[in-house]
Amino acid sequence: MSTFVLIFVTALGLAGLYFLLAAGLSLIFGLMDVLNLAHGAFFGIGGYACWLVMDHLTVIGPLTLRFFVAVIAAAVVGIVVGAVVEKLLIARNYGNHLSQILITIGLSFVVVSLLGGIFTFEPKYIVQPAWFTDTVEIFGARIPNDRLLILGVAITLLVGLLAFLRYTRHGLIIRAGVENRNMVSALGIDVGRSFTLVFAIGGLLAAVGGALGAVYFNGVTPGLGSGQLIFGIIVVVIGGLGSITGTAVAAVLVAMTQQFVNYYVAVGLGDIAVVALLAVVLLVRPQGLLGRVAR
Amino acid sequence: MTSDAVTAATVTAATRPLVEVRDLDVHRAGAHILDGVSFDVLPNRVTALLGRNGAGKTTTLLTMLGLLPGTGSVAFDGVELLGMSTHRIVQQSIGYVPEDREVFGQLTVTENLRLAMRTPEAESRLDLVHELFPELHDRREQRAGTLSGGQQQMVAIARALLNPNRLLLIDEPSKGLAPIVVNEVVAALERAAADTTILLVEQNLQVARRLATDIVVLDSGRVAHSGPMSELFDDPELAHRFLGVAAAAGGAP
Repeated sequence: MSTFVLIFVTALGLAGLYFLLAAGLSLIFGLMDVLNLAHGAFFGIGGYACWLVMDHLTVIGPLTLRFFVAVIAAAVVGIVVGAVVEKLLIARNYGNHLSQILITIGLSFVVVSLLGGIFTFEPKYIVQPAWFTDTVEIFGARIPNDRLLILGVAITLLVGLLAFLRYTRHGLIIRAGVENRNMVSALGIDVGRSFTLVFAIGGLLAAVGGALGAVYFNGVTPGLGSGQLIFGIIVVVIGGLGSITGTAVAAVLVAMTQQFVNYYVAVGLGDIAVVALLAVVLLVRPQGLLGRVAR
Repeated sequence: MTSDAVTAATVTAATRPLVEVRDLDVHRAGAHILDGVSFDVLPNRVTALLGRNGAGKTTTLLTMLGLLPGTGSVAFDGVELLGMSTHRIVQQSIGYVPEDREVFGQLTVTENLRLAMRTPEAESRLDLVHELFPELHDRREQRAGTLSGGQQQMVAIARALLNPNRLLLIDEPSKGLAPIVVNEVVAALERAAADTTILLVEQNLQVARRLATDIVVLDSGRVAHSGPMSELFDDPELAHRFLGVAAAAGGAP
């Protein structure tokens, strides 16, 4: 029982990371029909932003406060990188899927090499507050606090994102645009202005995911983000393009499948089980769990 | 400006067409959909675009809105619309009611309406819209996708009426609606026509007859006839040839 609970909570933490990576991917694809294969790079950049702050900003003594600053820094870097990538590289290539794929794949290679060139390919370990690795007892299982922290941050951002989509005019435009972009234009609204915003939001979420991932995966490497991107894409497809709630549900399904199969069946089989899950969803419900709905 | 000049300007504004479409050409998937279409839309009148299925009526509206690429000229009060992006065209003060309503099904009625509000006057015109369509007020928190076809059409028309638009492009408002709902929709459009200009695509000749003052008949992507509405009913041959119906007999399709 305690092993089950441990795996369950660990999988929830991983689900949080998958959600942060996939939410932006889903909105970007849902609204703009752009498959952003550089999205994993946003995740990796967030991880390094976190490491830089933890390793260099020693003027901030308390590690908890420094980690808080590190996550904020990753978020800001993510916003800037997301917005700049959209403005410089994607803006001129809307409607051209081949260009988008080539540009974003190329960008992800460039980012991985660049991070490797600057920081080497050795993993960089994050200095962590002691309480991250302390455990709490839940139903007899000893759960490391960092799993709960990741889950908490992911849920907070999920709620924040849903509130943004539900209660702001920008959110209204994005939700409508995911459904029918042409009709939004035909109401006199410049949908293009929302595109940069959605990329910035996607960058923020992925970079915060990377900062937390650096803790979860015990360090950050240049390929960290690209390695996780495939799971992000699977989560998006299972959840339904453009659906934030669907993405959250799918992130939990994928992480649970992966972790439980890895433990109870065979290590390594978890990834294959995730692909099998994807195949089943595509056969039974090709539009995903909650397709084409930004909510 | 002298008083003579003012008078001259006023006279010109009253007689000059609000929209001048000239030599509109549209190719789609290798086919020539519109072939040199030219017509005028006079201010404060309702012009009906008529013609059989596939004559190019909807294509004309979509091209005017920048939703389909075309060549030629569409001047709206002297401003060239072709080449402008769709949202800029609409911001010139044009409202659009699409053929299949295209309400945002996942959004509530209120959200659909809020999205369409782009002018300072929109807030106060919300009351007008609710007066025209009391049902929308009752169902304001309902998802638009769960509304009946008639109610969705009311949402689509309401979106166009919320702003004080100078031109409304309305594509088949009666399509697929029960007769009683058609009456309600036509009554709303009659009220709208009192203070704006309308270019209407309509297959239902009874509806076109109630609303339109002028007609433009399209046939295979060309303008076959244009003039006042009355001509259509004075000339059964015209109606029969281009619309395939006996218009003079009352026009029920």
